[in-house]
Amino acid sequence: MSQVAVIDYGMGNLRSVHKAIEHVANGATVVVTADPAQVLAADRVVFPGQGAMPDCMRELDARGLRPAVLEAARSKPFLGICIGQQMLFEHSEEGNVPGLGIFRGEVRHFPSERMVAADGARLKVPHMGWNEVWQKQAHPLWANIPDGARFYYVHSYYVDPADPALVAATTDYGIPFTGAVAQDNIFAVQFHPEKSAQAGLQLMSNFMSWKP
Amino acid sequence: MLAKRIIPCLDVSAGRVVKGVNFVELRDAGDPVEVARRYDEQGADEITFLDITASSDDRNIILHVVEQVAEQVFIPLTVGGGVRTVDDVRRLLNAGADKVSINTAAVNNPQVVAEASGKVGSQCIVVAIDAKQVAPGKWEVFTHGGRNRTGLDAVEWACRVASLGAGEILLTSMDRDGTKNGFDLGLTRAVSDAVAIPVIASGGVGSLEHLADGVTLGRADAVLAASIFHFGDHTVREAKALMRARGIEVRL
Repeated sequence: MSQVAVIDYGMGNLRSVHKAIEHVANGATVVVTADPAQVLAADRVVFPGQGAMPDCMRELDARGLRPAVLEAARSKPFLGICIGQQMLFEHSEEGNVPGLGIFRGEVRHFPSERMVAADGARLKVPHMGWNEVWQKQAHPLWANIPDGARFYYVHSYYVDPADPALVAATTDYGIPFTGAVAQDNIFAVQFHPEKSAQAGLQLMSNFMSWKP
Repeated sequence: MLAKRIIPCLDVSAGRVVKGVNFVELRDAGDPVEVARRYDEQGADEITFLDITASSDDRNIILHVVEQVAEQVFIPLTVGGGVRTVDDVRRLLNAGADKVSINTAAVNNPQVVAEASGKVGSQCIVVAIDAKQVAPGKWEVFTHGGRNRTGLDAVEWACRVASLGAGEILLTSMDRDGTKNGFDLGLTRAVSDAVAIPVIASGGVGSLEHLADGVTLGRADAVLAASIFHFGDHTVREAKALMRARGIEVRL
């Protein structure tokens, strides 16, 4: 039977991610695990994250999970969420730390001088709430999700890929920023599909049946 | 564009949703999971639970409520009421809450805001501020349901908790709470203009127009209401239709 591993490196609650995937698992087993062997044995891997990226990187290494994450990102259907997306990149402005470097590019803070709405109102940071996700490439994970569907975001940093071909979606908040990236077996999102009602469940259901 | 959020608030006591009638009589209003699911179906953008359990013996019941709701309702969940320590915050997050709101404990010990946001991230920490007008253009922070003065200026306090690491402010006008006369728009706007983090307006909603006013005139990022939705006067969907008709960006 097919198994999905949600990687747990001790940075907060994974219950919502776990339950949302279980909701669409269609018979697959979902395990939340800090065990590298269990990550390597899984058929699919979800790499979530919350909090600050320096803490996330430190905790990931403290548990010896880096090699398993790199291997899973090379070989299995792999879904990164929030900080789990940011960590795939080379470097973050948050705490000035290196990431895993799977993708070239920088994780940046929203530029305060650009945080102004069209009507002159101040745009608040963190970017918190439901915003439109504009699909930039056709992808199996967008199946049955309308272009511009709203997903739930909560973040102050966003990824800025060096290679524009990685961009799978953008969202506008003062500036257009990258909301999702995709390459081969990796799909990674800044928003929280596990908190995005129907659209989020659809994306996770698409991930469960994805054959990259 | 980012949508303005509508957040129904549920009072929970000993594991059941309760409705206050004129703050005296508490009526059982159902199972939290059922009520949360109904609001999700109506298009609520988030749900807030306020734990008003009186007995300390029953305080852990809220954890089970949060666990059950988080298993079945896939929108953000905020929980507040009686949160004192970073351990309280952790327990609620581990049960499945996405955000935890801190009120009196932040006034008593502002460092709890810094400590909690440092441990679990600003995005999980909401500071609830209860304010009353004390002079034209001046509002003071109160605790204990508006009974205790703190001497803190509401706008200055909002800036302080934002700098300590709060990710959001839940701002309630104690003058308006329960009146159905609409938000205190002066207060809402003063705080919203002063801080760089999102502000949720609360207290006084009696009509759908009040919700829209909170966004357009109060410049709130989100609006919270309880009774207008509980008693079946209006649905979240109706609120969003009216807000959209007034040119406000909402998730439909």
